[in-house]
Amino acid sequence: MIELKSIRKAFNQGRPNEFWALNGIDLTIEAKKVTAFRGPSGSGKTTLLTIVGCLARPTSGRVRLAEDDISGLPERFLTDIRRSTFGFVFQQFNLIKGLSALDNVMLPAFPTGRPHRELRERSESLLDRLKLAHRREARVEWLSGGEQQRVAIARALVNDPKVLIADEPTANLDTALSREFMGILENLNAEGRTVILTSHDPLVVESAAVHRVVSMRDGRLTED
Amino acid sequence: MNAWIEKQRHLIDFTLASLARRRTKNLGLLLVYALLVFVLASVALYTHALRQEAARVLERSPEVILQRMVAGRHDLIPPGYLERIGRIRGVQQIEGRLWGYYYDPVVKANYTFMAPAAEQVKAGTLVVGPAVARSRGLAPGNTISFRAYSGKLFAFTVAGVLPHASELVSADLVLMSEADFRAFFEYPAGHHTDIALSVANPLEVRTVAAKLAAALPDSRPILREEVLRTYASIFDWREGLMLALLSAAIFAFAILAWEKASGLSAEEKREIGILKAIGWETGDVIKMKLWEGGLISLTAFLLGFVAAYVQVFRFGAPLFEPVLKGWAVLYPRFELVPAIDGLQVATLFFFTVFPYMAAVLVPIWRAAITDPDSAMRS
Repeated sequence: MIELKSIRKAFNQGRPNEFWALNGIDLTIEAKKVTAFRGPSGSGKTTLLTIVGCLARPTSGRVRLAEDDISGLPERFLTDIRRSTFGFVFQQFNLIKGLSALDNVMLPAFPTGRPHRELRERSESLLDRLKLAHRREARVEWLSGGEQQRVAIARALVNDPKVLIADEPTANLDTALSREFMGILENLNAEGRTVILTSHDPLVVESAAVHRVVSMRDGRLTED
Repeated sequence: MNAWIEKQRHLIDFTLASLARRRTKNLGLLLVYALLVFVLASVALYTHALRQEAARVLERSPEVILQRMVAGRHDLIPPGYLERIGRIRGVQQIEGRLWGYYYDPVVKANYTFMAPAAEQVKAGTLVVGPAVARSRGLAPGNTISFRAYSGKLFAFTVAGVLPHASELVSADLVLMSEADFRAFFEYPAGHHTDIALSVANPLEVRTVAAKLAAALPDSRPILREEVLRTYASIFDWREGLMLALLSAAIFAFAILAWEKASGLSAEEKREIGILKAIGWETGDVIKMKLWEGGLISLTAFLLGFVAAYVQVFRFGAPLFEPVLKGWAVLYPRFELVPAIDGLQVATLFFFTVFPYMAAVLVPIWRAAITDPDSAMRS
């Protein structure tokens, strides 16, 4: 369970271009459920996702992860939590060009010092599960959009995180690929993983796979 | 411990993959960097080897040479000086030497003519240095004539050519008998050019020199260690001159290497953001970049140093030889004995690898401390 209390987040604080992206968010995200943040551009969805995923700290407010207050932790501890608890699928996939699909999947586990063979086997099995075994040695820029997203999902899962975070996961996919993604998401949730995503794609937010939709506007929650 | 090793292995794997991805940039950088090390290492290796060679050759020369001075100029040793020195404790051998310079207008070069003490060279014959033999196309059995300063022509038969190994100091040497030497230069009988003394115990050399100065106040003793020091300073000076001449090029190379190393492309910055977002710590990113800098600089250092070693000791440093060796008019031709000074290598390593690592580290540090959420917003 992730609990957010009075979360506020400012950018360029103290400068003339100061901007408050989040303006007092109180929210509890249930474990092992699929939660979607919906809202127009600039509503603060992505900022909220970065705070939930320990990519950024709130300017004020508290974040609790399974009873532990993590909002004031130094970067090193936040990185540890991020690596072990969260897996990220970015809107632009953010794969490292020039590297193979397999190398990209292995990347988040490099700092853990896991044995190379074990890591390779785990990465290969994830690619296999996502029907990408035949493309594992291909450079990621040679893959199609759908394949790139599946590599990004495999990469997000390599450290076996409890929570999967996806930012606008279907923004760059056609309908068929979006449906395929939702299917993968459903399976991951069925395994007991918590999924948090942002989207304004009806195919996502109206999907039966999503248990809860949180709507946002101007840095505030509007309705559930 | 195993996890630490595995982690370093992963970081190196990723570093190598990263280097391969930016092949052109990294190869160019490696080349420029290796060239810089090559130039510096060539000069350092060559001058060090020259110093060693000079020291090795001079090891066999006498410990003290006594010269007579008249009005501050080197003059001939008159008869009776050898007897006046008499017996000085510690001196093994005293020998009056005969030598002088001769300008050969045929090849426009100066030779050193010398009459060895023992009757090593028969009257009417010469033993010539390798450079003289080369420039005049001489071989044993040939006849050669020299016109003396008096205008008289002297003909000699070449009895032999001095060995190649001692060429650094014997390149321009011409050995002849004492009688021929005195006749050729019209050298007064009983006079010598200088006096060579052998001293067995190196600790006694200075005492012997002091006694000589006291016994013959118009003479000056020259110690072998002083000659060695002079050679060393000549080569130091040449090395400095060479480096000064090359400094502009070295500086340009260094700036280029710095620029290449410290310039972080937008793509690299983006990648650092991604790595941080997916769970790499700032320290991991810096370690990875340190591995990258280390691999490039060590490879460049090894390449440059090995190339310099091959150039100097296999090919005789054709690029720097004329400036660094510069031996009168006749250039000696000799094989340098490979000699490496550990301190010199360490200094070179320090001044080439460390600035590069610093150049790599500063921009990486700046990029690595950026917030990981930048990846979410790219």
